[in-house]
Amino acid sequence: MSGKLFRNFSFISATLSFFLLVGIFAVLFSYAQEALHTFGFDFLWNEQWEPDEDDEGGVFGGYIPIVGTLLSTVLAMVLATPLAMGIAIFLTEIASEKVAKPVSVAIELLAAIPSIIYGMWGLFYFAPIVQAVFGGNGVGLLTAGIVLAIMIIPFMAAITRDSMNTTPAVLKESAYAMGATKFEVIKDVVMPYAKGGIIGSIILALGRALGETMAVAFLIGSVMSTVGKVTDPTTSIPVLLANNFAEAEDLEMSSMYFLALILFAISFAVISFAKFYFLGRKAK
Amino acid sequence: MNRLLLNKIILVLSTLSALTGIGFLFWILATLSYKGIVSIHWDTFTKDLVEGGIRNLLVGQFTMALIATAVAVPVGMMAGIYLREYGHGSRLASIIRNLSDVMMSAPSIVIGVFVYALLVDPFGGYNGWAGAVALAIMMIPIIISTTDNMLALVPQELREAGIALGGSKHKIILQIVIRAAKVGIMTGVLLSFARIIGETAPLLFTSANNQFFTMDMSEQFPSLTVSIYNLATYPDEASRELAWAASFILTVIVLCINLLGRFVIRNKK
Repeated sequence: MSGKLFRNFSFISATLSFFLLVGIFAVLFSYAQEALHTFGFDFLWNEQWEPDEDDEGGVFGGYIPIVGTLLSTVLAMVLATPLAMGIAIFLTEIASEKVAKPVSVAIELLAAIPSIIYGMWGLFYFAPIVQAVFGGNGVGLLTAGIVLAIMIIPFMAAITRDSMNTTPAVLKESAYAMGATKFEVIKDVVMPYAKGGIIGSIILALGRALGETMAVAFLIGSVMSTVGKVTDPTTSIPVLLANNFAEAEDLEMSSMYFLALILFAISFAVISFAKFYFLGRKAK
Repeated sequence: MNRLLLNKIILVLSTLSALTGIGFLFWILATLSYKGIVSIHWDTFTKDLVEGGIRNLLVGQFTMALIATAVAVPVGMMAGIYLREYGHGSRLASIIRNLSDVMMSAPSIVIGVFVYALLVDPFGGYNGWAGAVALAIMMIPIIISTTDNMLALVPQELREAGIALGGSKHKIILQIVIRAAKVGIMTGVLLSFARIIGETAPLLFTSANNQFFTMDMSEQFPSLTVSIYNLATYPDEASRELAWAASFILTVIVLCINLLGRFVIRNKK
């Protein structure tokens, strides 16, 4: 293979990410046209999702799945962030290397378990516990939020641990020499030093929680209703797509593309924000 | 509050968080083993879904994942090579790098919808190729990122030695740089394979599922994960047992590939 050919092939491969990203936006946008024209931006506030009998029209609004996505994500973040920080602190500052190593591996394996497994386990083993403790019928926003949190904790903890580990030992030692406690070193030296990485990891985990489908599909209840209590069942954008996309036609189908476009836009915004502001990978 | 006391409290809370994390891992693994192992029979591996086994599902899932890997590895590696060796430090390379990181975190269900519009809707039905393409799209950004990072670790002196010997740029990349980064890239490939072998959402409306054994990629293709999703929600006990058996097998596969990846890295150091 000649040098020029090799270089060109590598260049084309590199631009593929760009074309995929633009391609996804373009395709979703063009398939969402029908829904966009019919409903406009009222789509965002409309709670109805009712196909006509003949299956060709109907009234569709994205309010319930959009709110369900946001609420389950926020709930998961509120539960996961303190735990993930605690785990990262344990791994970097508390545990001896002998303990930290296997615990690190275990936490990372937790991140490798497929989401469908979390969903099944959650449905048969965790939902009954939520039902017994909090009432409701087991599946709902709360169960989905807790299991989502368990799924994103290892991910968040691993990135936070890595960025905490970059704190120069000499900075920590100077603080200890001045009589600081471990917590004060963590709070005043390690955390500020690793701030960018920590915030970045939280936002990346948020992006993951936003788009998670299978675990939530088992656990959120998949019903088109707004939540009054935290244990109520509802639905989210990925779950609605997973369950109804295959059978939908025409206007309903177009409305689903619209929802997918909204989800992609939200996650694109969240992840780019994390990338450009907090995790800027400098060219080495 | 007494600062020494506060220190103690925070340290205890952190330790408790770690115990919670580990606790969930063992809880999930224990459940899976307890429900999964008893549900596995000889038939599980030798019969197809239609007869109560998962043979066709395993073959189908692996076929799609392997095809995705065959596409994603060369493309991802070449892109990583461009970012590190040719476009190094340029504005374009840094934009592409960031876009590829964004693609890595794109919701998998959206990729499913995108591939449906591209390869299912126009061709009149679910097919295995669409499933493999969806998995490849998920895999490429991961391979780009690992290749890029691993090439960054190759010492500049190696490249210079190649130049001093009069090697052309692409020869140096192929015969020196890639070889030096081989182990790291292989680990990345293994870990990304472990990630896509357990994916469900991008397959739901690309390959869908097939109860029968088939190697014909142009029709609905058997998928282990999609089957687990379906079986788990059926009311009968036999379906559920099969779902647990399949989940156990899938988790064992994913964890083994992950541990293998780790083992490869450790041997290098």
